[in-house]
Amino acid sequence: MTAAISEPGAEAAETSVAVKKPSGGGLGRYVLIRFLLIIPTIFILTTLVFFLMRITGDPISASMGGRLTTDQLAERIHAAGYDRPILVQYFEYMGNLLKGDFGTAISDGQPVSSILLNYGTATVELVFYALIVAFIIGIPLGMLAAYHRDKAPDAALRILAILGYATPVFFAGMILKLVFGVFLPILPVAGRGTTETEYIMSGVVGPTRFYIIDAIRIGNVEVLGDVLAHAVLPAIALGVLTAGVFLRLVRTNLIGTLGQQYIDSGRSRGISEFRLVTKHAYRPALIPIITVMGMQIALMLAGAVLTETTFEWKGLGFKLAEYLTARDFVAVQGIVVFLAIIVALTNFLVDVIAAFIDPRVRY
Amino acid sequence: MSENVNETNTANSILDVESLNVTFSTDGGDVHAVKDVSLSVTPGEVLAIVGESGSGKTVTARSILGLLPETAQRSGAVIVSGKDVLSVSGEQLRKMRGTDVSMVFQEPSTALNPVYTVGWQIAEGLRAHHRRASKAELKAKVITAMEQVGIPDAQNRFDYYPHQFSGGQKQRIVIAMALALGAELIVADEPTTALDVTVQAEILDLLRDLRDDTGTAIVLITHNMGVVADLADRVAVMYRGDLIEVSSVKQLFSDPKEQYTRDLLGAVPRLGSTVVGSRKAAAASVKQDRAGESTGESAGADADPGKPRDERDSIVVARNLDIVYPGGFGRSDFQAVSSVSFDIKAGEVYGLVGESGSGKTTIGRAIAGLTRASGGSLQVLGHEMVGFKERAFSPIRRRIGFVFQDPAASFNPHLTIGECVAEPFAIHQRDMSPRDREKRVLELLDSVQLPKAYGARYPHELSGGQRQRASLARGLALDPELLVADEPTSALDVSVQAKVLELFVELQNRFDFAALFISHDLAVVDMLSDRIGVLFHGELLEEGTGEQVLGSPSSDYTKRLIASLPVPDPDEQATRRGLARTLRTTAG
Amino acid sequence: MSTPDNTSQAPGNNENVAEAAPGSGAPAIAYDDRAKKSWLNRLPIVSHLRQSVGLQRGMLITGLILCGIVLICAVFAPLIAPYGFNQLGTAEGNFGSKLPPGGTHIWGTTVGGYDVFSRVVWGAQTAVAVIIVAVIMSLFAGVILGLVSGYLGGWLDRILVVIADAVYAFPTLLLALVMSIAISGGQSSAWGGIAAAAFSITVVFIPQYFRVVRAETLRLKAEPFVESAIVLGASKTRIISKHIFRNATRTLPLIFTLNSSEAILTLAGLGFLGFGIEPTSASEWGYDLNKALPDVTSGVWWTSVYPGLAIVLTVLGITLVGESMNDLNDPRLRVRRKAKTKDAK
Repeated sequence: MTAAISEPGAEAAETSVAVKKPSGGGLGRYVLIRFLLIIPTIFILTTLVFFLMRITGDPISASMGGRLTTDQLAERIHAAGYDRPILVQYFEYMGNLLKGDFGTAISDGQPVSSILLNYGTATVELVFYALIVAFIIGIPLGMLAAYHRDKAPDAALRILAILGYATPVFFAGMILKLVFGVFLPILPVAGRGTTETEYIMSGVVGPTRFYIIDAIRIGNVEVLGDVLAHAVLPAIALGVLTAGVFLRLVRTNLIGTLGQQYIDSGRSRGISEFRLVTKHAYRPALIPIITVMGMQIALMLAGAVLTETTFEWKGLGFKLAEYLTARDFVAVQGIVVFLAIIVALTNFLVDVIAAFIDPRVRY
Repeated sequence: MSENVNETNTANSILDVESLNVTFSTDGGDVHAVKDVSLSVTPGEVLAIVGESGSGKTVTARSILGLLPETAQRSGAVIVSGKDVLSVSGEQLRKMRGTDVSMVFQEPSTALNPVYTVGWQIAEGLRAHHRRASKAELKAKVITAMEQVGIPDAQNRFDYYPHQFSGGQKQRIVIAMALALGAELIVADEPTTALDVTVQAEILDLLRDLRDDTGTAIVLITHNMGVVADLADRVAVMYRGDLIEVSSVKQLFSDPKEQYTRDLLGAVPRLGSTVVGSRKAAAASVKQDRAGESTGESAGADADPGKPRDERDSIVVARNLDIVYPGGFGRSDFQAVSSVSFDIKAGEVYGLVGESGSGKTTIGRAIAGLTRASGGSLQVLGHEMVGFKERAFSPIRRRIGFVFQDPAASFNPHLTIGECVAEPFAIHQRDMSPRDREKRVLELLDSVQLPKAYGARYPHELSGGQRQRASLARGLALDPELLVADEPTSALDVSVQAKVLELFVELQNRFDFAALFISHDLAVVDMLSDRIGVLFHGELLEEGTGEQVLGSPSSDYTKRLIASLPVPDPDEQATRRGLARTLRTTAG
Repeated sequence: MSTPDNTSQAPGNNENVAEAAPGSGAPAIAYDDRAKKSWLNRLPIVSHLRQSVGLQRGMLITGLILCGIVLICAVFAPLIAPYGFNQLGTAEGNFGSKLPPGGTHIWGTTVGGYDVFSRVVWGAQTAVAVIIVAVIMSLFAGVILGLVSGYLGGWLDRILVVIADAVYAFPTLLLALVMSIAISGGQSSAWGGIAAAAFSITVVFIPQYFRVVRAETLRLKAEPFVESAIVLGASKTRIISKHIFRNATRTLPLIFTLNSSEAILTLAGLGFLGFGIEPTSASEWGYDLNKALPDVTSGVWWTSVYPGLAIVLTVLGITLVGESMNDLNDPRLRVRRKAKTKDAK
């Protein structure tokens, strides 16, 4: 037979107005290019945040404005170098960032990098719990909705999903606190653990600062239970919001994929509807789903700021709100820039995973 | 009207469709897509259902597998191997699909799941019916199925993904999927429409061999009469939901019963035929005699009536033309056209024929300044297109018309047909008064045989053929010296295509423009072109008049292309088939 | 442009009616979709309502009713609310703090001594004002940038895309936070607060419109009808304004609704973090929730539940409208009437 494996590009050529997705280039090149693209993203965000934060003036006047005399203020501004030209400060700031120096908080004099280190783990832990909740609820329910598309269960699930999305995470948190803390007091509503737990945690040698890991390491079942109990409500508040988004995402993409001809082709060979949804449509739908999920993880960080404030969960978001109230813009800037870097890295990782799943990129 | 021709004994038939009715609800009201259709197919038989778009042939085909959307209302019976598809339970229907009846789809690239290996996909069908089959068993069966459809090295290619195969091979895999469970009836919905002619011939051969070897009955849905002549035993003709006639293939082509069938067959382009009234036709009938006379006095717009056509100046001159699509980010460039040389003389129709990826569209786009030519030389109306500047080329644009392939997409959906046709005047003759403009638009609509009232309609309110007429009107609005027509009829039904081609010839006689006529269909190009160029993988393999190219082709590819084109005549097709086969084996 | 009986127009050609049948191939669907366009753009919601059936219609109507209530509250707040948003008492004295619902204060009073019901009603005004200002500003900026950038391409396009992508990936709330620090230095004054919030949200949304319009423009640029304008020699301005603009902005009503709900959530988030509008200058639901946070643990539920529900129902309403429009725009997702069942209705 003469038909040979097609040369790449031969088919695309006739209609090559539309650029094809990365094909044939190999996964390695794709990862490298995608990684290089993070650099401008981080650079732009850092620059943007730096200049926006400076539009209204220097951080010292913002923080100490009313409390110091003009002379004292000028002296402190000079000492901190905020009276130099803005571009000089900008380059210095960027240089320091490269060295991992995020500046020093004005209100409590702590280096921002150590704040990030001490509180970042709590945020990661919260996001992790919430992601589990979101996955467990969102993905199966999304599949269920797609399977029953346009029938009653689908409508009910969609309304639920929209409700999940429409409820601000702090309001959901407050309702949970009311129900499980006041009316039905069975779960702790504030902090990452009881005072006792916090005390034990502070004594752990070489802490990872992930309470769940540390609790397992010291082998204290009671502490572990306490840590998990404290995580339930915040994880649900943040997770349900994301679950709603995941549900919609999975449903829409699955339904889109179910309209493809290869589904009909499967159907024509007697493959069951259930398997068509969960296997044949799911995997192709997964690629866009994963990409959008990456974005969602970024949004969860913002949600975490609000959740942490609601549940006094001492993470970066909680600290951010504290520094905002104290008008400590050096710390605020540091935390925001750090979160921006995390977001860019997460999106990179997610894109790589999506590419890995897609055989058209892999081969 | 169909019962009387249903002479087959229903007792031994594998498929019986009994007064099937299908109605859809659409935004435009209910549509009765299939009206009281009765058919039957015996084992090992190939029944072709032919018809143009909207005839209900695809709906009928999908009903056989129960694959219609839930909004469809169905009545009647579709009995496959003794069970009625329309009344069995969902689970029973699932069990029937694949084992009793199976389907081959039109577009192999969308009928395969891009993220699973082909082996896995073929195995899925087996798994759905044999829950306990072991992995090794499944793999062995899949490999047999792949070998059966002529996939070489099936053992290794089991783990390949669809995008690693060519279009023809993908269609083979789709066929393997349909066959893997040993279904005795296969519904093939336009199985070769998305493929190139040379690949189509291979797939038709494969389907015939499979029928001969396994005795599988095939319901073949197609609009292509050549395909029908090649493969079918019996033919059912459908028109707007009605079954018009059912005949044996011999009888249908030699003595069709119904007028509609006769018209349909008459509209099919054939190799060596010509459009009535074309210069080619005139030249053929009255040798030496100038073409002008036979078509009357319409040559008034003739730019240069004194000279015979071959002595006129060339308005497009390509010399060693290269067109390269730059590849981005480390991907290699793609050479779409390499070192192509040809001329188009004033008033001449130059036909460019080639399969997908041959670069024919790219050349047309380069002439119109839509794609940049990268090397060699391309002179269009005296203007060099390699490295051209939009500003300098702009005045020349009014002398070039362009007709696109897809009549649905080539009009702005927010403008009326009248506004669309008036666009050239709005751009190039801004001082024209609105009244004059309207007058010109109406004249143009009239010259493409569209009623005046259509000027106020929106593109979506016209049919495909009407839109393509309007597209011609727009292309000719400024009296261009050159018209580039990129597959202008390939989105149309044959009967509509015939009328549009006739119109094209008439307009060309009247306005005497030169034309670059691009098509994948050799027969269509041959019908109206003065000269033909054959493109293959970006290279111009040969060039000449229709007689030269078709009568004594010099390259093997052209020979194969000509031999692969199925002709609407079962006897002739049988001999051509043999020829095509030998050409393929010697070439491969 | 006059289009006689365009809405009632069934495609005049019989062959095309049959083509529009589902399951008969992709071109039919494209055709079918096109048929909607000419009047869809003029009356988006009305046309969607006419097309919808069953559950989809129910969702759309519910959404429209919820949106209607919010709009009515916003417009007629002075008539509906018994007290002003910053009113602490009447001539007879102060309302008192944390009064439970009932009596003169049907939804109770807050810690600060405001009437909850009145604050919730007035809050609708703030929300609607912020949505309108923010979404309209971002719409204009985003659409123009997207059209120009997408059509012209080149280095300007590349730079804008990198910036838009970077900003797009950034959590909305954090960016709005930084913006509001930049605009007001974190201080909120009277109407300045609303303007600052609106402007912060605008900046966040510009990249979204930009991306959508740019992508559409790129797609349309390769469409034959735009190419045919290029072949005719039409100028860039003419192509963008006449051929691309209306086709590229077809999906905007949908993004408009989705962004509106996001705008409310962002506004509430800002308010919750203390960047809202002071109670003396306007009422804002998120801010009220922030003040109600300590109440929750002491069992005072009415200060948080009512403003919270107001947010939920507003976002729910807008999202329901947006989702239904999305479904109806997409022929694959649209539910059609079953044939022949019309008579039964």
